[in-house]
Amino acid sequence: MNTFSYTRANDVADAVQNGSVKTNFKFIAGGTNLLDLMKENVERPDHLIDLSRITLKEIEDTADGGLRLGALATNANTAYNQKVEERYPLLSKAILAGASPQLRNMATNGGNLFQRTRCYYFYDLATPCNKREPGSGCSAINGYNRIHAILGTSEHCIATHPSDMCVALAALDAKVNVTGIHGEKVIDFADFHRLPGDQPQFDNILEPGDVVTSLDLPKNNLSKHVTYLKLRDRQSYAFAIVSVAAALELDGDVIKDIRVALGGVAHKPWRIKSAEIALIGKAATVENFKVLAENLLADAKGFGSNTFKIELAKRAIVRALTEVAKAI
Amino acid sequence: MLDFFKQASGSHETTLAPPPAEPAEVRLNINGQQHTLQIAPWVSLLDALREYIGFTGTKKGCDHGQCGACTVLVDGVRINSCMTLAIMRDGQEITTIEGLSHGKELHPMQKAFIDHDAFQCGYCTPGQICSAVGLINEGKANNLEDIKELMSGNICRCGAYTNINAAIIQVKGEVQS
Ligand SMILES: Cc1cc2nc3c(=O)[nH]c(=O)nc-3n(C[C@H](O)[C@H](O)[C@H](O)COP(=O)(O)OP(=O)(O)OC[C@H]3O[C@@H](n4cnc5c(N)ncnc54)[C@H](O)[C@@H]3O)c2cc1C
Ligand code: SF4
Ligand code: FES
Ligand code: FES
Repeated sequence: MNTFSYTRANDVADAVQNGSVKTNFKFIAGGTNLLDLMKENVERPDHLIDLSRITLKEIEDTADGGLRLGALATNANTAYNQKVEERYPLLSKAILAGASPQLRNMATNGGNLFQRTRCYYFYDLATPCNKREPGSGCSAINGYNRIHAILGTSEHCIATHPSDMCVALAALDAKVNVTGIHGEKVIDFADFHRLPGDQPQFDNILEPGDVVTSLDLPKNNLSKHVTYLKLRDRQSYAFAIVSVAAALELDGDVIKDIRVALGGVAHKPWRIKSAEIALIGKAATVENFKVLAENLLADAKGFGSNTFKIELAKRAIVRALTEVAKAI
Repeated sequence: MLDFFKQASGSHETTLAPPPAEPAEVRLNINGQQHTLQIAPWVSLLDALREYIGFTGTKKGCDHGQCGACTVLVDGVRINSCMTLAIMRDGQEITTIEGLSHGKELHPMQKAFIDHDAFQCGYCTPGQICSAVGLINEGKANNLEDIKELMSGNICRCGAYTNINAAIIQVKGEVQS
């Protein structure tokens, strides 16, 4: 780990102000991703601005019947919050499928959005990686790419976003509230993370110094038929090879609302709204779920060691939806 | 311990010459005792405990949040002490394996680990016990399956899992009755 100086921010304004006068700084919240990367020298900030004492830890109702999750609330406190468990069980399930209890007690909702890829070449300073060192090349495309993306890839990077929580947030149409030097902005979750394109060094659309203050979950009727199916190399405490956040609103066996987001397959949670809309008003049958799976994976491309994920993802979608359709 | 560290860090500086940084004052309440340290901001809570204060009960396995050997309780909540900086914990109450017993009276979880022979080499044990105490505090484990899932952050290379689970079930029963 490199050496650095440290400041504790008292509030959001203080964090933004500190960020505006520092160069090569990083915010730190739970520390569970940043310190890991700093110990590997992948991240080498000269300055850390600690957000962990900022009082953005509440989980509160919003005026329009939704829920606001403070950016500094821990993943554990969010997953076990009674309102989240009752109204957004998909989010609880996704969070609890990730990391370990100790890590979830530290990891924050804000930090979870910013966690970086687990691509092993990204972590290995001895190998080229466009995300870590733009222009150096991508070791994964022609290398061992079992954990890599099959959708939305570019010739410059095929990394995945490793978060479970974010897959549920994508399915739930969350909004991200941000404060930066130029004031406040609200970002649709679908637009928050980006595809690698020719600038894989950028994981999301935020500017340096932007602080995520909270996440808003809009009201929905998707608390009954939900599941987070996470397929991984061991039963617990491992990142997803493929994951599916699935939610249905049913009227008898007719689909009124449907959400399907995939994790472990792209540089961001993968969702195609038009494929979901096509099923609205149709019956919740395996045949219809198969159509959705084909549509979601239509543009999938494998790179050798990860090609199995295409079929795996399709089957995972059908299995997840079939399970939730049965659960009353 | 402290002298050893000073020596070690002295020679470290001459060979690797890290840029000088102002050590900051960090106050940690560890096992009920106040400790004031002058340390650099990059010292993890784990290193502060082991190398600056001499509480070597907390173990370093992976130093990357992957094994749970470094688990301690902060304000009663279990965390990985390798994945946080000591300076971020300024003013907080930390309980390590050394702080669980009352004098010679072992904590019920320590007793249960002995009753069930829940260790072999013992390296993961302080982390397992602190994690298990955190699990009981959280109150989310209702059966063996839950315990397995909610202890998955603690790896045991000797594979003492069955007995660890039995120890936790015993304490859970004591808490409930
Ligand atoms: C062994 C291990 C296993 C894991 N397994 C899983 C898993 O299975 N599934 C999963 O989803 N995750 C997993 N994780 C990742 C974990 O969920 C993330 O590390 C965690 O969510 C990051 O949150 P944090 O608060 O600790 O972030 P930090 O490490 O503190 O910060 C991460 C980044 O976010 C930025 N940041 C933090 N908060 C804000 C904010 N409010 N505004 C702007 N920027 C901010 C920081 O600048 C930093 O760059 C695992 C981690 C480890 C170490
Ligand atoms: S996939 Fe992306 S992160 Fe991995 S080596 Fe290639 S450029 Fe780097
Ligand atoms: S040493 Fe902290 S988790 Fe392994
Ligand atoms: S007892 Fe040896 S690692 Fe657990």
